[in-house]
Order: sequence, then structure tokens, then C-alpha cells
Amino acid sequence: MRLAARGAAAALGAGALLLPLVVDPSILNVGVLTLMYVGLATAWNIIGGYTGYISLGHAGFFGIGAYALGLVVGHLGVPGGYGPLLLVPLAGAITAAAALPVGWIALRTRAATFVIVTIAFMFMLQILATNLRGLTGGSQGLGYPVPQGWGPDFVDVPFYYAMLALAALALGVSWWVRRSKLGLGLLAIRDDEDRASALGVRARAFKMTAFVVSAALVGMIGGVYGYYVTYVYPQFVIDPLIGISMVLMAFLGGAGTLAGPVLGALLLEPAQLELAYSFGSARLYLVLYAAVFLVVILLLPRGIVPSLVDRLPHSPLEEGRGGGNPDGPA
Amino acid sequence: MSGLAVEAAALGVLTGGVYALMASGLTLIFGVMRIINVGHGALVVLGAYLSFVLFRQWHIDPFLGLVVTMPVMFGLGVVLELVFIRPLRTDREALSVLVTYALALGIEGVLGLAFSANFQQLSVWYESAGVQVGDFHVAYVYGFGFLLSVAMLSGLGLLLTRTTFGAAVRATMLNRAAAQLIGIDVAMISAIAFGIGMATAAAGGVVFGITTAFNPGSHYDLISRLLTIIVLGGLGSFRGAIVAAVLMLVVQDVTAVLWSPTWAAFTFFALLTLVLVARPQGLYGMRVRE
Amino acid sequence: MALLELRAVAKRFGGVVAVEDCSLAVAEGTVTGLIGPNGSGKTTLFDLVTGFQAPDAGAVTFRGRSIIGLAPDRVHRLGIGRTFQLARVFPRLTALENLLVPVPRRGLLGLLAGARTAGEERRAREMLDFLGLAALAGQLAGRLSFGQRKLLELGAVMMARPDLVLLDEPAGGVNPGLLESIAAAIRELNGRGVTFLIVEHNMGFVMDLCDPVVVLDRGRPIASGPPAEVRADPAVLDAYLGA
Repeated sequence: MRLAARGAAAALGAGALLLPLVVDPSILNVGVLTLMYVGLATAWNIIGGYTGYISLGHAGFFGIGAYALGLVVGHLGVPGGYGPLLLVPLAGAITAAAALPVGWIALRTRAATFVIVTIAFMFMLQILATNLRGLTGGSQGLGYPVPQGWGPDFVDVPFYYAMLALAALALGVSWWVRRSKLGLGLLAIRDDEDRASALGVRARAFKMTAFVVSAALVGMIGGVYGYYVTYVYPQFVIDPLIGISMVLMAFLGGAGTLAGPVLGALLLEPAQLELAYSFGSARLYLVLYAAVFLVVILLLPRGIVPSLVDRLPHSPLEEGRGGGNPDGPA
Repeated sequence: MSGLAVEAAALGVLTGGVYALMASGLTLIFGVMRIINVGHGALVVLGAYLSFVLFRQWHIDPFLGLVVTMPVMFGLGVVLELVFIRPLRTDREALSVLVTYALALGIEGVLGLAFSANFQQLSVWYESAGVQVGDFHVAYVYGFGFLLSVAMLSGLGLLLTRTTFGAAVRATMLNRAAAQLIGIDVAMISAIAFGIGMATAAAGGVVFGITTAFNPGSHYDLISRLLTIIVLGGLGSFRGAIVAAVLMLVVQDVTAVLWSPTWAAFTFFALLTLVLVARPQGLYGMRVRE
Repeated sequence: MALLELRAVAKRFGGVVAVEDCSLAVAEGTVTGLIGPNGSGKTTLFDLVTGFQAPDAGAVTFRGRSIIGLAPDRVHRLGIGRTFQLARVFPRLTALENLLVPVPRRGLLGLLAGARTAGEERRAREMLDFLGLAALAGQLAGRLSFGQRKLLELGAVMMARPDLVLLDEPAGGVNPGLLESIAAAIRELNGRGVTFLIVEHNMGFVMDLCDPVVVLDRGRPIASGPPAEVRADPAVLDAYLGA
């Protein structure tokens, strides 16, 4: 089983690396956005899936990253090209710094309150972005330099690889967290936070770590996205739909598992883009998206990966790794 | 200048009453079902559109139209609960957020198809008519809306405190498992609570529709405020919802007048942040260590 | 100096007095029983000692140092472990993983390193052996029976090698066979130097295992001493049977 999974992952990775070479440049855009969501869903999973703190405001960090990179690039006068992409880690650091006070306040609350606080944070950020016109350009938007010398057939390629690199980074971090002592603590917090504390788990520190790491990754992805779309507007980067999509993808694939968010993004994003393309102008898009959404949640409440794992024959050495269903077949 | 502030505060109290009604429905749903109905804003907008249809097609006054819209929305609420919420067994809190969000998007989409993205408003003849109280102009609609809210909240209060049904609801809110053990049909209570929540949304929709221009996308702004209100007040607390609603609306309206309208919405959320720093459980919430 | 000492501790919730003028001392190396009618404040005392609640008045000291206001994880690191009334485990983790959670690690690198070192895994498996749960190592804790969960919870508490363990109704809902196993485990661990403070309603269990026994009624201690003495104390009988 493990071997098959590793084989599949390797094949997927190889495929992803080679995709731009074999595919028509005009649809590479799908690849860019899909990889973006692979990264976003995986990053979100660190706080939402492993720790059980459902953040619906992660779009806020996405926006912070987009604005941060744009402002840095603008201030340093970096021209279009590969330069801005090299500064992406700085956007991550800025987002991480912003996540500290937000996390400090939000993580003192639990469950439902936490969800709502993250929503409030996102809307506050949207208002700030719109009103602080001097800093962000308000509703006029913040501009990125346009890369010179990247022909129309090439232009998506660097962004594709940037998103691929960030998705790989997010996956790497997620994998590391999961198998680490930190990850064990997070999963314990998810199951029973008070008891975890009583057993010595430093819940506050662990939660903050997961939250900030998750935010930093999302911020970096947001930075690349901002550069990709060239103009950053408050309502388009601090967009609740982006925030809810990454959550839905993680849940579809299986929140709390490693591969779940990846699977969810690979399935949903191309579908979402197809829906928008075919039905966007007919305004049917939202209804169809909502319908898909509802069907997914009602049919597969635990997500694809845990449901699949349940149906496979268990090896006696198969450990739980936190994705198990205690109510399922024994 | 201070006269404007007082007028703004008065307006804040009046509109706060309406938000209190909508927030009460939301907190009732949370208290009984332990779910966050992120679609509540969309349901209010739906209520506004229903009233709009009655008003435009058959010239029925929106307030009078409540006789129709409230039962319809109540029934719709029961159906939605049965079809979309009841089936959720595992991970209810998280999944219900996603489900109700999907419902909100679906409603937004359907409304977008049925009507356009143009802003509408229930422009009743008495919209700007009002009474002069000293220096201030109090529009009738705000007064009606406030009275409606007070009436409905009182009705809800009586229902909860004086009827057997209400006692069952309160028992379920306090301890779902224990309520089941003493024979309360928790499933039915949930469906009805959701229906009542929808009915309050219908009422809220009327006042919302008269006083604000709305389109299918208006639910985002609305739900963000309603959620902030119930958290500030303390999840599951009616007193909290009412106090928080009035407080927030007053602060917002006074800020708009004294400082700037663009920052008024910000204070709304900033107030929440300030309170949460001191009291993560909100004004009237309980610190649950479990 | 007693290992754990409470002096005139008081706690009320709104109008309800949970604990009042409560003073008691737990001597090192003992298995102290804490009994009393329902509502006498026993679990509240546990909450106060382990940092889940803060007392309104009074002092709580461990090895002479005050532990009031410390967070639960800090209290745990000082050497105090605690179980809960309803046999809480981490349902989505395996039995083995449940035992690995409480094992302490040093520093940032400790946290980032793998969840199980060879040494830790060995200790956890030994604990499972000791509890008779070795076969269930890879089983999700949520699927264990009630009795198995109780044992697992006890094991988890012991993994960090605490000096003092607070057991909240370890015998609750447990069949006689398992009861004997639990009592044997407690005796064995006590023999290795662990001090126990046990809240229990099962009189047979308490009288067999504990010495001294402290009786709480309406938030304050009314008797304390060897089991036979306490059992015969008229004030105690009154508290249980009286108005």
C-alpha cells in the first residue's frame, strides 16, 4: 500500500515538473491556479486539519502576501522579471509577522468563536486595504511591474514553477509537521485540547506555531498570485471565495491527512475553472458551484482519503496517523 | 456636532433593534443546534427579495407582507434543516459552516438569476416620512422596524419562557444530551428552531430592504456583521445578541458622523477585537473549559 | 513537608459554593483517598490544583511552592498528573500514539524531531504491556472499550513520570476484574514512588487501597485518617445519610 502511494506521488511529481513542456501554453493558466490551490489547501490544513481550528479568514493572509510583495517590489524598484519571485520569502515573513497578533487574539477562543473571529479579521483587512489608499492604492489597486521579454507563450511558465515550488514547500512542511512531535501535539489538541494541556502539551505555543506557519505559506502563495495578476484589488485578493475554496478542498480530500488537500485541489480547481468558464456569464456559476459543494460535503463528510483508507485491507502495522474514524468499522 | 452624534446614536439604537432581531435568530440556531448558520445573511436578503416581489407585483406593503413571508420562510427553514443539516453526523460544527456557506452561495446564485445584480430597495411611500423630535428627524420606517423587532423579540422571549415548547428549547440549548434523555425530541426542536431563525430573517429582511439598497451579493456584509454581533454578545445568549447589536450599531453610526463613514464599518470589527482581548467568551458568554 | 498542600482554599461559581475553607495535605508516598457525597467539590479541587480553575481564596502549594495561576501544561511539567472522570483519550490517535503525547521533549529541536524516538516508543510499548494492552497498540483509541480506555488514560498520565497523580473516579463504571487490575497497577506504581490522590465513590475500592482517607462534604473536609477510623466516624455517616 505504502509503495503504491509513494509510486503515485512520484509519478504525480514528475508529471507536474514536465507539464509545461508538453501542454498547450494557453491552458497552462489552469496549472498555475490548480497548483496555487494545492499549496493553499495544504497550508490551511496545518491549522485547520491537524489542529482542528477552522479558519475561514485565511484569504486575509493571502491578501497580505499579495500586497506585501507588491509594496516591497515597488519600494525597491525591482523591475519585472524573476526579481519579484525571489522576494517571495520576504512576503512570507511579513505575513508571518502579521499572523502573530491575529493568532494571539484569535487562538484564545475556541471552535465556533474562532471561526467567526477569523471571518471578522478578513473583513477588517478588506476594509483596511480599501481605506488605506496611500499604502495600498485602495480600490484603484496596487500594481506590480510587468515582466519584460516574457513572450505570451512563455509568460505563465515561471509562475507555474513558482506555484509548484510553493506547493512542494507547503507539502514538505506539512509532511514534516505531521510526523514531528509538534504534529502529534496538534492532533492531540484537535481531539481534546484541555486534556492535551493536562498532559503537558504547550497548547498555546503549538497552536501559534501552526497558525503562523500556515499563514506564512499562504502569504507567499498570495504574493506570487498578486504578481501573476499584475493588479491587486482588495475584493479580489481578500476574497471569501478563495478562503472557502481552500477549506472545501481540504475537506473534500480529507482534512487532517497529508494527501487529502492535494487531492481536493486537483479535483476541485479544474472543475471550478471549467464551471466559471462555461457558466460564469450566465450567472449560473454560483448555483452550480454551491450544488457541487453541497453534494461533496453531504456524500463524503470525512473526505476522500479517509473513506478510501477505510475500505482498504488494513496491514497490522498500519498506525492511525490521525486520519482514522473511530466510529467506522472495527 | 454633538447634536449629530446624538441623532446618530438614536439611529444606532433603532437599527440596532433590527440587527438584534436578526442576530437573535442566529444565536438561537447556534444555541439549539451548535452550528453557525453562515447563510443567515443570504436568508435575510432572500426575505427582502420575497417582500420585494410581493410589493412590486401585488403592491402589498412589506410589513403587511410579513404575514405571508414569515410562514413561507419558516417552512423553508424546516426543509433546509431536514435536507442539509440533519444528515451531518461527524464533525458537525465544521461541516455545517461549509454547508450553510454553500446554501448562501446557492441563494445568491438563484437570486442573481431571478433578479439582476442591480440594487433594489423597497421604496415605500413613507420611506422618508418621519416625525420631528426636537432637532432630530426620526424616519417612520426605522421606528416601525424597531417596534417590529421589539414585538418579535418579546414574542420570542414569551415563547421561550412561558410555553412548554420554549422550555424544551431552553433545555436543549443548555444540554442537548440531557434533553434527549428526558424525552425531548431534539431533532424536531432543531428543525423548528431553524424555522424560527428563518422567520426572524424574513422580518429582518423587510426592514433591511426598506432602509438599504440591496442586491444578491449583499449577504456578505450582512453576515459578517451578524456573526460579529453574536460573538461579541456571547454565542447562544439572547441578551448578549441584543446588547451587542445595539452597542455595535450605535458605535458604528456615531463613528460615521464623528470621524468618517468609511471607517465606521471598521469600528464594528475593531470593537469585537477589543472585547475579545479581555473576554474571549464575549460579553454574556460562558467560559467553557471542556 | 507534605507533597501537596491546600490551605483554606475556596471556590464559588456564581451563587454555588463548590469548595470552602478547604485545607488538606497529601503526604509523599501515600495513596490518599478523597471521598464525599455528590457535589462535595472533589472534581473542583482537582481543577484548582491542576490549573483549570483558579481559587477565590487560599493557597495551593506543591513541594512548598505555590502553583496557583499556573497553566495546566505547566502544572504537568512540575510533576502533577491527572485523569478525568469520563476516561478521556485521544480518539483519533492510536493507543501507542496516545502514550507518546505526554512524553516531554526539550527545546525547539525536540519539537521538530520525529514524534517517536526509539527510546520513547520502547517505553510506550512497555507501558502498554504493563497495562495488558499490548495487542491494541495500533488500534484507534476511540474504538477501545470503556475499561481499556481507563487503563490507557492511566498509562498516559504515567508516561511523564509524575510525582503526584490525581485520579478522578478510576473505578467508575468498571467491572470487578478490571477493577482489580487497576488497583494492582496503582499499588505497583505507588511502590515505585508515585503519590496518589484518588477521588472515588466505590467504597470497597477506596478502603482497600487508600490510607489516609479524607472526607469532603459541601466543599470542606470533615474527617481524615485511616480507612477504618473514617468509616466509623459519625460525622461522615451523617454527611452521606443525613439531610
